[in-house]
Amino acid sequence: MVKEIERAGIPVVHVCTVTPISMTVGANRIVPAIAIPHPLGNPALTPEEEYNLRKKIVNRALEALTTEVKDQTIFEV
Amino acid sequence: MSYRVVHYINQFFAQIGGEEMAHIAPELREGAVGPGTAFDAAWNGEAKIVNTIICGDSHFAEHEKESKAQILAWVKEINPDLFIAGPAFNAGRYGYACANIALAVKEELGIPVLTGMYEENPGADLKDKVLIVATTNNAAGMRKAAPTMAKLAMKLMKGEKLGASCEDGYMNNGIRVNFFEKERGSRRAVKMLLNKLADKPFTTEYPMPSFDRVAPNPAVKDLSHAVVALCTSGGIVPKGNPDHIESSSASHYGEYCIAGVENLTPDKYETAHGGYDPVYANEDPDRVLPVDVMREFEREGKIGKLHDYFYTTVGNGTAVANAKKFAAEYAQKLKQAGVNAVIMTST
Repeated sequence: MVKEIERAGIPVVHVCTVTPISMTVGANRIVPAIAIPHPLGNPALTPEEEYNLRKKIVNRALEALTTEVKDQTIFEV
Repeated sequence: MSYRVVHYINQFFAQIGGEEMAHIAPELREGAVGPGTAFDAAWNGEAKIVNTIICGDSHFAEHEKESKAQILAWVKEINPDLFIAGPAFNAGRYGYACANIALAVKEELGIPVLTGMYEENPGADLKDKVLIVATTNNAAGMRKAAPTMAKLAMKLMKGEKLGASCEDGYMNNGIRVNFFEKERGSRRAVKMLLNKLADKPFTTEYPMPSFDRVAPNPAVKDLSHAVVALCTSGGIVPKGNPDHIESSSASHYGEYCIAGVENLTPDKYETAHGGYDPVYANEDPDRVLPVDVMREFEREGKIGKLHDYFYTTVGNGTAVANAKKFAAEYAQKLKQAGVNAVIMTST
């Protein structure tokens, strides 16, 4: 799906846990997430800590969108 | 004396449980478990599964290094004649685990390996590096897959020469072997051309490689004026799943308005995804689709606007052709709506 969005001319960032699959699929901007059932959260944290963690990941995703890339790139959080 | 085999399966095929048990760490058992009994039966005493290793699919994906180290240590100690994994059919994380653990056993321990899965499984990406038998996309294909895998496994254990991929049922691994054809090239080419002209099926002898890669778009220049949309394959839908998006093999996607929605609450949203434990996503759907954070960034002026609609489907055994079609369609809608960038989340 990321590839089709990219093909339509819209920059897209893929936030996902299993980044090798994202590479296979052909995403160009990739941000690693926390875990499969909760990519942008962590139920073990307090609600406030969890929100901050999510903010950090989304922030990284936005950084990825504003960064020029030539090839598939993983933006570590 | 019969050949000794170690078999790798996931929590589901070990009948431990479904997604709620996908977190379990690797476990070593004696003898065959689940699908392993079909291999044992096919080998008819000539080979035998001495141990089965079971690992939860999420555990392998999230703790790949540790899982691999543990499994390799066991396999090294058992020192079998063959390591067989799966078959995984179209289960993405399982296929990924099967192909990667098989590759590790082959490279680190030098033991012959074999696995099986559907051609669209992301694990099949390693088909050039490990031998993968092509299966159907669901476990109903076990009856067909088991004898093919068992036969190929036996060849590997005996050190026999493999037939061509189309003869022995494995995925084309890019290795070319010289041999003499019965008919000469000109005759074969003319036959192929005649079949083509008559709209009859024909098989090319030189398939073109398909590299479906899309070059990255230029970065967003000014985020503070950009409209950013959220999309997901994690199955987030309004509570009650009004469009009945299937929990696996989704046939459509959903488009839902979130104008004025500050955060995805469990009383109004949930996940329709049947391929991961839904407890955490149902407790707080923002864990999959981060509307709460995006709203804060919107208020701060970090982004211009969160797009009024999000697009969602269930990425669980969903055919690649369908996923492609969904996104091609909604990408046009996003474009017409003036969306400048997309965040896609996957579980």
